[in-house]
Amino acid sequence: MSTPEARSHSFDASSILRSTHDHNTPVEPCLKVENLNLYYGKKQALFGINMEMPKKKVTAFIGPSGCGKSTLLRCINRMNDLVDGVTIEGKILLHDDNIFDKSVNVAALRRRVGMVFQKPNPFPKSIFENVTYGLRIQGINDKRVLEETVESSLRGAALWDEVKDRLNDNALGLSGGQQQRLVIARAIAISPEVLLLDEPASALDPISTLKIEELINELKEKFTIVIVTHNMQQAARVSDYTAFMYMGELIEIGATSQIFTKPTKKQTEDYITGRYG
Amino acid sequence: MIKNWFKSGSPWIWLNAAAVSTCLIMVVGVLGLIVARGVGHFWASPIVSMSYQEDDGQIKTIIGEHVDTTITPAAMAKSTGFVLADNEDILIQYLMKTGNRDLTGTDFRWIQERHIKSQAEPADLIVVERREWGNFYGQLTAVKEGENVIASGEKSWNVLQERLKITLELHEKIAHLEKKEIGAINYALEQLRLEQRGLELKNKWNAERVKEFADKKAAYDVNYKKYQTELADLYQQVRRFSLVATTENGSELAIPLSKVVDVFQPNKMSLFDKIGHYFEKLGEFLSEDPREANTEGGIFPAIFGTIMMVIMMSIIVTPFGVIAAVYLREYAKQGFTTRLIRIAVNNLAGVPSIVYGVFGLGFFVYILGGNIDKLFFPESAPAPVFGTPGLLWASITLALLTLPVVIVSTEEGLARVPKAIREGSLALGATKIETLWKTVLPMASPAMMTGLILAVARAAGEVAPLMLVGVVKLAPTLPLDGNYPFLHLDRKFMHLGFHIYDVGFQSPNVEAARPLVYATSLLLVLVIIGLNLSAILIRNHLREKYRALEG
Repeated sequence: MSTPEARSHSFDASSILRSTHDHNTPVEPCLKVENLNLYYGKKQALFGINMEMPKKKVTAFIGPSGCGKSTLLRCINRMNDLVDGVTIEGKILLHDDNIFDKSVNVAALRRRVGMVFQKPNPFPKSIFENVTYGLRIQGINDKRVLEETVESSLRGAALWDEVKDRLNDNALGLSGGQQQRLVIARAIAISPEVLLLDEPASALDPISTLKIEELINELKEKFTIVIVTHNMQQAARVSDYTAFMYMGELIEIGATSQIFTKPTKKQTEDYITGRYG
Repeated sequence: MIKNWFKSGSPWIWLNAAAVSTCLIMVVGVLGLIVARGVGHFWASPIVSMSYQEDDGQIKTIIGEHVDTTITPAAMAKSTGFVLADNEDILIQYLMKTGNRDLTGTDFRWIQERHIKSQAEPADLIVVERREWGNFYGQLTAVKEGENVIASGEKSWNVLQERLKITLELHEKIAHLEKKEIGAINYALEQLRLEQRGLELKNKWNAERVKEFADKKAAYDVNYKKYQTELADLYQQVRRFSLVATTENGSELAIPLSKVVDVFQPNKMSLFDKIGHYFEKLGEFLSEDPREANTEGGIFPAIFGTIMMVIMMSIIVTPFGVIAAVYLREYAKQGFTTRLIRIAVNNLAGVPSIVYGVFGLGFFVYILGGNIDKLFFPESAPAPVFGTPGLLWASITLALLTLPVVIVSTEEGLARVPKAIREGSLALGATKIETLWKTVLPMASPAMMTGLILAVARAAGEVAPLMLVGVVKLAPTLPLDGNYPFLHLDRKFMHLGFHIYDVGFQSPNVEAARPLVYATSLLLVLVIIGLNLSAILIRNHLREKYRALEG
């Protein structure tokens, strides 16, 4: 899996994953990024990224602001398609299917790869309508199915007990932390395979942040989770694997314990110990 | 000292306050004037009988309502030809509405206060509101049935009220028969004629059809004859009664009750009677058709036409404006072309409205309407159906006129929908169009309503283009009635704004029309306020529902 890209710091990520996993159970990759280059107009933002994200694990992207971690995350559900002048080279494989293939239905892809954004963005509708939005888009209007999904999704997002008596209230009346959990419930209501979290706790207070982190731990039972975070403690707390990015390049990826205790690259060590970034 | 005062910013605050209060005073002043002048018209003011010495020394009796007073300084009065004594500083003149236009030729008269010898308000003076010749002022002497006097002297008032009630009921029946029943038959016959003509043009007019049509016609004719005899009978009954009254100079006049709308004795009325009378007159003004070249009667067709036109305009302009704005904001590639289009749209808003009228007449009425007539209504040629000004073209012209406001405010609304909301929807597997329909457009709907409010406010008050594309002085039928297809978009209609112009400036009887101008203006303002308020209520409701995300 070497790349001809001269500037690339690529290495065989899968071998690292295997070597760092003690239980000897080979980790099944869910997502594979192969030699990904991304340009905003003429400016290159991602350089030859190669990595794997294992199934039903939490992979965290860390790195200083502007290092391209959000950009990489937004490639995975093709959110970058919305930005004018973006060109992407390379592949991202979701279970061996290239998501950039011309035959891929973007809406269908996004149903398989859910996303939660930095700021809570509930729709100005009722809590119930927020959670059922994705289902209704798919044409599911059976009241029983919707009600069941709302309950299971809100339970899954640890929000059910707080809102079960006011499902018809406007979602904008919830607190920030509740809104973010509602958005997570909304995302898991359509049962995606992958959940992308773009700094999901950065706009929240410490207690809400804690709740979100607990939630991520529960969610990885069912979903492959990729999380972008600024907060290194958070990455250490919630993730199984950590990828460090700098200036649009993937510097290092490995098991979280390894990255935080004995990083192989000096840049990673400098960042983790707080020497820059 | 002064320098410090300037530095403190107080002069600036005072300047602002002055500007704001000037605006407020002007608005309140205009509304106050319209209200004061317009609302008083329906009050039953007392009738004065006065003996008055003419310039040549003759003493005359004048009966009428006091309408206006002017005070002229002596010097100015002298220069305009009045002869005043040296000890007189001012000349006071009263404008009296004396009515009886059929007898004297005018129903208003200026008299000089110094020539009034005596005046009184005799209780038995009557005002007769007539269907022709304006008001009559005088004294009731008798009520007649045919040539026979059935009541005279004091008894005649009660008898008159009774008989007038009967006559008015009959009159209503006649109006109903003529307008509704016979009107419907005429309409059906006309449709039949057009159908026949259409069949003839298609060469499908054969013996079978001839018989079918003849049968239908015969059925209508039977009905028509029936109504005709009924009408003739009613007309005979309605002409039975008349009242006899003496005028100010003592001559007698017989007025048939079929020509009378109302008779009242304002000098005998108590305050409560007057309040009741006031609201009765106000109701008539709002609900009845105009009489006597629009200077008397109600303005219902104008209210109806204005509201119809504004509603039609809204129905046309909203989808067009919204679709255009959605394309410009959501789909079009932002660049030179979209910028050019935006500039063009904004400039459209500044084009004088009469230009839209000319365009509407030339393009919509003559080209579009003319071709529609050729294609779809060949049977009614040479009479135009859509090839002539009408409600549809007026609405479309005004929709074009107000399109820029709707586009601009919808675009602003779309721009204000946070990107996070769109991304949230897309991330859930919605396509762009689903995101638009389910999330973005509902959230932009308050802005669309704002655009519509502005459009309505502008369209309702617009007169100039309407004169070219559909408004008339007097429309015989409303654009909405009981004859299929109920909504007649090809018909001409009346409009409050044009009504004001027509009554106020095109009327032969300016003095009589003046209060109506104020009353109609007041109503136009109220209609616009009403339309706006309802739109604002809807918008606030939507705003509450789709409160945008904070922060």
